Amino acid sequence: MARATSTRRKLLTTLAAWSVALVIFFPVLWMILTSFKTEVSAVATPPELLGADWTLENYAEVWQRSDYPRFFWNSVVISIGSTLLGLAIAIPAAWSMAFVPGRKTKDLLMWMLSTKMMPAVGVLIPMYLLFQRLGLFDTKIGLVLALMLMNLPIIVWMLYTYFKEIPAEILEAARMDGAGLWNEILYVLTPMALPGIASTMLLNVILAWNEAFWTITLTTTKAAPLSAFIASFSAPQGLFYAKLSAASTMAIAPILILGWFSQKQLVRGLTFGAVK
Amino acid sequence: MKMTYRALLGASVAACLSGAAMAETTITVATVNNGDMVRMQGLMDDFYAKHPDIKVEWVTLEENILRQNVTTDIATGGGQYDVITIGTYEVPIWGKQGWLESLNDLPADYDVDDLLPAIRGGLTVDGKLYASPFYGESSFVNYRKDLAEKAGITIPDAPTWDDIKAAAAAMTDKDAGIYGICLRGKAGWGENMAFLTTMANSYGARWFDENWVPQFDQPEWKAVMTDYVDMLTKYGPPGASNNGYNENLTLSLQGKCAMRMDATVSAGSLTDPAQSEFADKVGFALAPDAGLGKRANWLWAWSLAVPASSDAKDAAKTFINWATNKDYIALVASKEGWRNAPPGTRTSLYANPEYAALPFAKMTIDSINAADPTKPTVKPVPYVGVQFVAIPEFAGLATSVGEIFSAALAGQKTVDEALAEAQTLAVSEMTDAGYIK
Repeated sequence: MARATSTRRKLLTTLAAWSVALVIFFPVLWMILTSFKTEVSAVATPPELLGADWTLENYAEVWQRSDYPRFFWNSVVISIGSTLLGLAIAIPAAWSMAFVPGRKTKDLLMWMLSTKMMPAVGVLIPMYLLFQRLGLFDTKIGLVLALMLMNLPIIVWMLYTYFKEIPAEILEAARMDGAGLWNEILYVLTPMALPGIASTMLLNVILAWNEAFWTITLTTTKAAPLSAFIASFSAPQGLFYAKLSAASTMAIAPILILGWFSQKQLVRGLTFGAVK
Repeated sequence: MKMTYRALLGASVAACLSGAAMAETTITVATVNNGDMVRMQGLMDDFYAKHPDIKVEWVTLEENILRQNVTTDIATGGGQYDVITIGTYEVPIWGKQGWLESLNDLPADYDVDDLLPAIRGGLTVDGKLYASPFYGESSFVNYRKDLAEKAGITIPDAPTWDDIKAAAAAMTDKDAGIYGICLRGKAGWGENMAFLTTMANSYGARWFDENWVPQFDQPEWKAVMTDYVDMLTKYGPPGASNNGYNENLTLSLQGKCAMRMDATVSAGSLTDPAQSEFADKVGFALAPDAGLGKRANWLWAWSLAVPASSDAKDAAKTFINWATNKDYIALVASKEGWRNAPPGTRTSLYANPEYAALPFAKMTIDSINAADPTKPTVKPVPYVGVQFVAIPEFAGLATSVGEIFSAALAGQKTVDEALAEAQTLAVSEMTDAGYIK
């Protein structure tokens, strides 16, 4: 009897979890399905599913009309570059805030986070002029710097939270054993915080990959990433929903696959310390 | 040995000279993603064959993003773009601002006199042409002839608003999913306000009087809004306040709009059997009037211009001459048929018997010719523009007014409340902007 109740509960939980997941994932699923429909089928009301005209033409046309590999490569360089540079700055910063806090550390953290509360468009003109004058416009290095700076507050905050969970005694023990500052960060702290660092890294890659405002504003042709690739298929007039969906699917596919394979790491990192 | 040395020297000099002659200029063209622009990108082999020394790089963006990026670039003198795609709204403002390069020096084969006078007028400031039209459009009525026949009515080629109201009533069959009339209801200066401004013109209403005082408190606007809300409430599709160009076009392609008033450029889709099940049943009529001498049709052109900040102006003008020349229209026609030729820019296109035979050709040219950006409405106005007012403040103001009118259509406020709110808002904005002293 008890086993039957437990099985039923398990079944219900699974069902509920799948329902919620499906609801959340539905827009993406619909976009993927739309990418395989003809333009007429894509905008039909009521929406067509079983009776839709399925085609691969949208992908062929999107591939032919745009240099997808170039956009893809730019996205890879920009997101990974900004993440690695961000981590190189954020790990020592978070270490010092977590283990050698000063009187103003909390204020500093809040101030860092407050920069995320300002609408990006507020600094559009100064950023634009800076990029132009410094020769960073439409360059990958320019976007690496911009996205790194943009995501730095979040990386520092995340790492700070993970580092705070590590008992200071362990670091003290390492110091007793003669470890210097860099050895302490490299050989003691980093391995212990690895799940946290990995999840921070993944989240930052996703944030940088999906960033659209600055990547579209600060590029034209050479450094434009996949966000610009999607924007080139968007149109307020005319029926291009199927092609736009195909372009969007091609743009999110790499990050979706990365997220799928690293979901365990991501969840483990995001919930690190949550139950302590 | 001496001979070899001389030969080598000669060859090097020749190679250098030919290299200099073939020096490549790269231009960046910013454009929107629509059918005509995409087609142009597919025909670039012709351009490269004629101009091997110019390389074109494309930046294709959604209209609003393009506008934002181009404005930022042009206002800061960035020079990222050599050719930009802009609408009729921007050209007079940016031209006056000194942001655009004059195109008065395009070669003779460009044939500036062949441009449709109304379109050319909208792109000219103080005698200088600041942009070359790639395609132009007006608005007209499209309707299902089979439904009109079934309802036993005839829609005249030049209808009045009373004709339209009567036809909408006769053709509406909501139980069968057929809506008598589809009009733009989605808020936005380029959505519901583009349509409502033209409707207002035909009713004798205007945005501002000669002293820039907003006119929403006048009886003409009351008549416009009352009829608009009434028509869409009684005969329009459900959720009309959310429908813009795309939504209404989709409904028309599916045969659910018995009648629709919108851009002439959609005629190509409506009469294309691959896109519409009712392609052979579509009729066209001029935008209606109210007997006051003005029809409710607009005037718009997507045009190519050279920003003053470009450092490759000559190459940019060469490209514009190619893309907007009569030869280009002939090239499209030869490769993809006359139906796909960019419409609404040149007199010669409408003189071509093959093009004139298309079912929408005459209505398009008549509609474009009926619009006058310098005298858009019955009473005198201090502004230029048919479905917009060519001042920088208009986009923001009209979007806010559009939200108020969209709310009235959704039944969230009465027509009187909406007009009073729009008047207060417009007076405040125009005072702040310094138009009202």
